[in-house]
Amino acid sequence: MPVIDVRNLHKRYGAKVAVEDVSFAVEEGEIFGVLGPNGAGKTTTVECLAGLRAADRGTVSVLGLDPRRDRAELTRRLGVQLQASRLPDKMKVREAVELYASFYDRPAAPGRLIEELGLADQRDTRFGRLSGGQQQRVSIALALVGDPRIAVLDELTTGLDPQARRDTWRLIEDVRDRGVTIVLVTHFMEEAERLCDRLAIIDAGRVVAIDTPSGLVARVSPEQRVRFRPSAPLDDHLLRDLPEVRTVTRTGGQVVVTGTDGLLQALTSVLARNHIIAADLRVEQSSLDDAFVALTGRTLD
Amino acid sequence: MLAKLTYLELKLLAREIIVPAVVLLLPLALLLGFGFQPGANKAQHDLGGQTAPEYMAALGVGIAVTILGLSILPTTLAGYREKGVLRRMATTPVRPAYLLMVQLLIYVAMAIAAVTILIVTARILFGTPVPERFPAFLAAFVLGMGALFGIGLVIAAVAPSSKAGTGIGMLLFFPSLFLGGVYIPREQMPGALRAVGDYTPLGATLKTMRDAWMGSEPRLVQLAIMAAYAPAAGLVAAKTFRWE
Repeated sequence: MPVIDVRNLHKRYGAKVAVEDVSFAVEEGEIFGVLGPNGAGKTTTVECLAGLRAADRGTVSVLGLDPRRDRAELTRRLGVQLQASRLPDKMKVREAVELYASFYDRPAAPGRLIEELGLADQRDTRFGRLSGGQQQRVSIALALVGDPRIAVLDELTTGLDPQARRDTWRLIEDVRDRGVTIVLVTHFMEEAERLCDRLAIIDAGRVVAIDTPSGLVARVSPEQRVRFRPSAPLDDHLLRDLPEVRTVTRTGGQVVVTGTDGLLQALTSVLARNHIIAADLRVEQSSLDDAFVALTGRTLD
Repeated sequence: MLAKLTYLELKLLAREIIVPAVVLLLPLALLLGFGFQPGANKAQHDLGGQTAPEYMAALGVGIAVTILGLSILPTTLAGYREKGVLRRMATTPVRPAYLLMVQLLIYVAMAIAAVTILIVTARILFGTPVPERFPAFLAAFVLGMGALFGIGLVIAAVAPSSKAGTGIGMLLFFPSLFLGGVYIPREQMPGALRAVGDYTPLGATLKTMRDAWMGSEPRLVQLAIMAAYAPAAGLVAAKTFRWE
């Protein structure tokens, strides 16, 4: 039984359709990604999940609750970190976490949460004086302070430097390991690939595909690509005659070979038989980026 | 929860330093500045028969309430919306309306603090009598506060950002002070201006407060006008207020 079930969600603002038709289900304990370019309808979808907006059509069920009708109950079990939500600049970290803890009947312990999020040294620092990464941590803390079963995190690492982004990712995995189901909204491919157990690719208000990151990649292109620099002159025909090889091209001193499964073994054995050493050997697989381009016909950024 | 929210909002306000200082100390400074002038304690014809400290005490209450209503309230609330504070709260079990309520509560408390400080200081330092018709004075204070805070809420409702809130507030703030008789006492204003000023929220508040202070009957029309501002503004604010 999924903890979140969205079916045929449709939402428009006036004449502008924000979400055309979105359906997906999130299973308990997973990190579910919602990936798509800006303006694809991700945030609107999340806002419908959180009960902040009413859907024009379709049904949304979160932990068996209707986000609009059962909103009071939903807010106790769903933690939400909305895109670009700040706090008053002069509010201190500890004050914010303790205040939001007071909103819930059975909150997480603020002191421990602050430590777990690596904010122990900043507990008496004002929000306006924190770095971007630290502000995001506070935001995550506020989404988790009600001890929710599901946390929705919208554009968590936008604007963070690479180190802060990696730290935040580790944190999200820790949260998942504590048994919290996570819905992660992002337009960063790397983030989706690294964190998500499954993800929905959304484009122009529609779900284009739902799968595991590797499933999505395999779906669009099972092709492998090997790149190397031969130690001695090499006749292309040696390679072309291999059944696993599809194309052979040269760029400068490099040979680029594409083909199907087993390409690497076939290639190395034929090179060994001819006493050629493959220097700078690199195996490239198609990435989620490639999958995204294949599925939506455009790049993310 | 409410206590914690109120306490924290109070702390945040205190951290602004300038804000509480302006609301509480500026009117006091005016009272002291004019009260200590030689001959200040004589009833003055130019001030409608009031002494300078009595006149300045009433004026100070009006200024404090106007700063709270037309400047601090819209700036703070529009800022909370702009920062997404209200939106974030909407995802918790506590409705963001509570934050609005707490803010209003704090501003009411500050206005009460200002009026108390002014009356007590004027009484102790200058022997200014406590407003003679106290219930009428209280009514003028409460209704005036309702009117000005109501208008502040409308500004907060329509202002897209904290800066816009401050801007619109200022656009009303200075004409209010002018028409209300803060720059020139209403007794010295041209008749037409005075007629308009008497029906602006601040003008009506000041006039009725001063009347009550001197023991003359407040004009019912003015009280009624003031009483109409608050619900009218409240209605507009409620209709137009956006949480995000």
